[in-house]
Amino acid sequence: MSDTLTATAVLDEPAAAAAPIVNDLTIHVATVNGSGSQSSNSVLMRSIFQMGVPVSGKNMFPSNIAGLPTWFTIRANKDGWIGRKKEVDLMVCMNTQTAREDVEALQPGSLCIYDAPLNCKSMRGDVTFYEVPFAKLAGELAQDSRLRKLLTNMIYVGIVAELIGIEREEIVHAITKQFKGKQKAIDPNVAAIDKGLEFARANLPKQNKWRIERMNATSGKIIIDGNAAAAIGAMFGGVTVVTWYPITPSSSLCESLIDYMKQYRITEDGKATFAIVQAEDEIAAVGMVLGAGWAGARSMTATSGPGISLMSEFAGLGYFAELPGVIWDIERVGPSTGLPTRTAQGDILEVATLSHGDTQHIALIPNSVSECFDFAIEALDLAETFQTPIFVLSDLDLGMNNWMSDPFTYPTKPYRRGKVLSKEQLEELGGKWGRYLDVDGDGIPFRTLPGTDHPFASYFTRGSGHDDHARYSEKPEVYKATVDRLQKKYETAKQYVPKPVIDRRGGATIGFIAFGTTHYPIEESRHQLRTERGLEVDYMRLRALPFTEELAQFVAEHDRVYVVEQNRDGQMGDLIRLELGEEQRKIRKILHYTGLPCDARSVTNAVLQMEEDHDLKVLRVGVEHAATSNAAGED
Amino acid sequence: MAESTLKIGTEAPKENRLGLKALDYQGGKSTLCAGCGHDAVSNQIVRAFYEMNVKPEFVAKFSGIGCSSKTPAYFLGRSHGFNAVHGRMPAIATGAILANHKLVGIGVSGDGDTASIGLGQFMHMVRRNIPLIYIIENNGVYGLTKGQFSATADEGSKLKTGVINDLPPMDLCALAVELGCGFVARGYAGDPKQMIAILKAAIAHDGLAVIDVISPCVTFNNHEGSTKGYTYSKEHDELLHQIGFVPAYEQIEISYEPGEMREVDLADGSRILLRKLEEDYDPSDPVQAITRLHKSVAEGSMLTGLVYLRPEKKSFMSLLNVVDQPLWSLDEAQTRPPKEALDKIMRELM
Repeated sequence: MSDTLTATAVLDEPAAAAAPIVNDLTIHVATVNGSGSQSSNSVLMRSIFQMGVPVSGKNMFPSNIAGLPTWFTIRANKDGWIGRKKEVDLMVCMNTQTAREDVEALQPGSLCIYDAPLNCKSMRGDVTFYEVPFAKLAGELAQDSRLRKLLTNMIYVGIVAELIGIEREEIVHAITKQFKGKQKAIDPNVAAIDKGLEFARANLPKQNKWRIERMNATSGKIIIDGNAAAAIGAMFGGVTVVTWYPITPSSSLCESLIDYMKQYRITEDGKATFAIVQAEDEIAAVGMVLGAGWAGARSMTATSGPGISLMSEFAGLGYFAELPGVIWDIERVGPSTGLPTRTAQGDILEVATLSHGDTQHIALIPNSVSECFDFAIEALDLAETFQTPIFVLSDLDLGMNNWMSDPFTYPTKPYRRGKVLSKEQLEELGGKWGRYLDVDGDGIPFRTLPGTDHPFASYFTRGSGHDDHARYSEKPEVYKATVDRLQKKYETAKQYVPKPVIDRRGGATIGFIAFGTTHYPIEESRHQLRTERGLEVDYMRLRALPFTEELAQFVAEHDRVYVVEQNRDGQMGDLIRLELGEEQRKIRKILHYTGLPCDARSVTNAVLQMEEDHDLKVLRVGVEHAATSNAAGED
Repeated sequence: MAESTLKIGTEAPKENRLGLKALDYQGGKSTLCAGCGHDAVSNQIVRAFYEMNVKPEFVAKFSGIGCSSKTPAYFLGRSHGFNAVHGRMPAIATGAILANHKLVGIGVSGDGDTASIGLGQFMHMVRRNIPLIYIIENNGVYGLTKGQFSATADEGSKLKTGVINDLPPMDLCALAVELGCGFVARGYAGDPKQMIAILKAAIAHDGLAVIDVISPCVTFNNHEGSTKGYTYSKEHDELLHQIGFVPAYEQIEISYEPGEMREVDLADGSRILLRKLEEDYDPSDPVQAITRLHKSVAEGSMLTGLVYLRPEKKSFMSLLNVVDQPLWSLDEAQTRPPKEALDKIMRELM
């Protein structure tokens, strides 16, 4: 190593003599998108996971192919807190565009590895800096400039590993997995890891503040993103017709599904037991789903907010003509293009009543990758049971980030195909049936499928007014009876949708209501409130629309209920208030809508403030430091 | 003017080969204006399916929104029907056929439904070659909203209110040829014989059949100055050829002079016979087809016949390589991979 390039450690505070913080660390990596850092970050995350330490990874990326700032946050936490944490312990600065902001945002006492030309050490004195000549190190590994760029990212993995104690063997294992056993890709990457490890060992001062040590909290667990989990669920749920139109952050759901279906849903003679169509737009995508559902297939599509808007007209047709189909909404920040690569829970109200006229939709809200898997199956069953579009509300954080999970449980229940009359049943009925007759009193009529070989099987499906035998009608009493029956069907759905998950702590007088990925900061915030303030908070996690009876009951049990969600207006809070009547005065809203996942500390602080002042009905939280904004101002 | 069709075989009997009567192919009573061209098309659809011995239970009818889109209620009452949203029928039909490719799909749309709001879906349906008979009942106006111009209205044509259309018309046949449709025809509601020959060929064709039918609107576009009314159409109808259709089950030998007739074989064994009226027209040549369509627009004539035929083009379902059994009917054993598959996927993610 050249002396001139020796790294500098600027230790402003006396080296901490305190015991190291073990397995509780947030690593924040700032790179440029398109530089291949995603593989490196995945390897880093996975090697911590393989050491048995609970870990989560969140990618904060721009809507761009190459050249704009991107960040990846890895949080390792022995207690299993895998929600986003704002405070960074170890920064890796690789991006000249954001280096200053990245460094300025650090907590005093944190660590910062940086690419030598960025000269971060000159920026402040209360952070421990590790200067690394990445270009020189990469130059020693490869001639090709593209390869050098990719390997640079793997070098920082080696540096980080040496500094915090990640075992080399686990990194090699993670690389092997990342590059699917392809030796040609594995070898140079392992060489880059070694380059980083050796450089750090020889040149960088040791630190003893944060350590990763082997534990046993991840054994038997998997790492997967929510979109892939949903895809696997849909496959095991027997989906046969899938349509999609590319839109971030939902595209990877159908792309994963294509990969899995090609592997597991081809017959011995090479035929597909599915049809997947990339549609011309989301209108066509949902139209095909409903057409397929009408003809009896288990069908689905995946999209995000703008696509949901385009599906609005068809959603009304699906509701009124009673057509099955599943629509995944991987929510992102809106309105319009909004922040297409950032997360939100902002489509709740839109989806709840999507379309014109009187509509109400059933929606499932998974909070984890395993619920993505389960609900993918459940949604297909509910669509056929209720003969209506079923929405599944996920978000970018859940859909595109990697999450640790127990392996998914193999589904053993048979498919629920709903009330479909066969040729034989029609014969028994002497051909007497009515498409929209409420025979069972549950609001769910019987249907027949096109192609049913019986002269009385057919009926005419239309979005215009129809009577209970599917005949055209504009009669006032007929229209009213139809939409009233649809409401009855929606009431019936309350018995079928997943119930909320409620966690009560004895004696708590206040409660949280949250859903989806807000679950993670809520659980951590409850822990903070309990351990730091002795304040117990009950928690109800909603998992579906329509609400079930548990909602009113939960609110009745508490003095104040904090509805925490990731949008500006508190959309779920509003739906809850509509449901409650008098009790709605107990509802408080805590809202986080920065495009980044909500963090526990923001929630905790908000609850404490609102418990001080009961007149505070809404608190908007989570304003972020500059380093996570998009410095290049891309729209 | 020459007859548009060739007389082949015998008259249809009182019952078809399935033992069904023409009555079994009827639909509800039409609520369209008396004399509407669309009703004439519906009648030919009834006849074509009856004579082609297609079981009505195996047919699925689709439509968008507009006067034309009401018509599936007026034919094939024993078939399932789906009146979708405006311009989006192709998506519904595509989905239904993906779910059950054994269905014989017939879609009826209009010029407003197809050429304006539904143009995108129309074009992508053509690109995919969805096995479907897609009829555009083309009258140049929006009837159901009381007589506004559509995108197929001819330049210079006049509305009842006196408004002149000064935008060029969209030629849906030329567009379908351009996008590679394997079966493109133009008919005229006032020529039922030609219409039924085209419909029968379309039923036999495996793939998308686009049939643009000039179907006059008696209420809003049948006046002096209209170019899609009965009088104008009758005067300007220009036959590309005489059409004969020989179904697969008919073993009829047709004798003709060399060069007089063109024969096109369809996948199901049936044959289309085209007696040449224009010496050198080759319906398998897309460039010639488009040129000929442009020429007729320039001359102000209404060219009818089988404009373009490429029956060998692969339909979307064969491209998707799906199992023979309709996808909707697959059960757990066929669509839920075994537990070992999930275990393997989980292991890969550990």
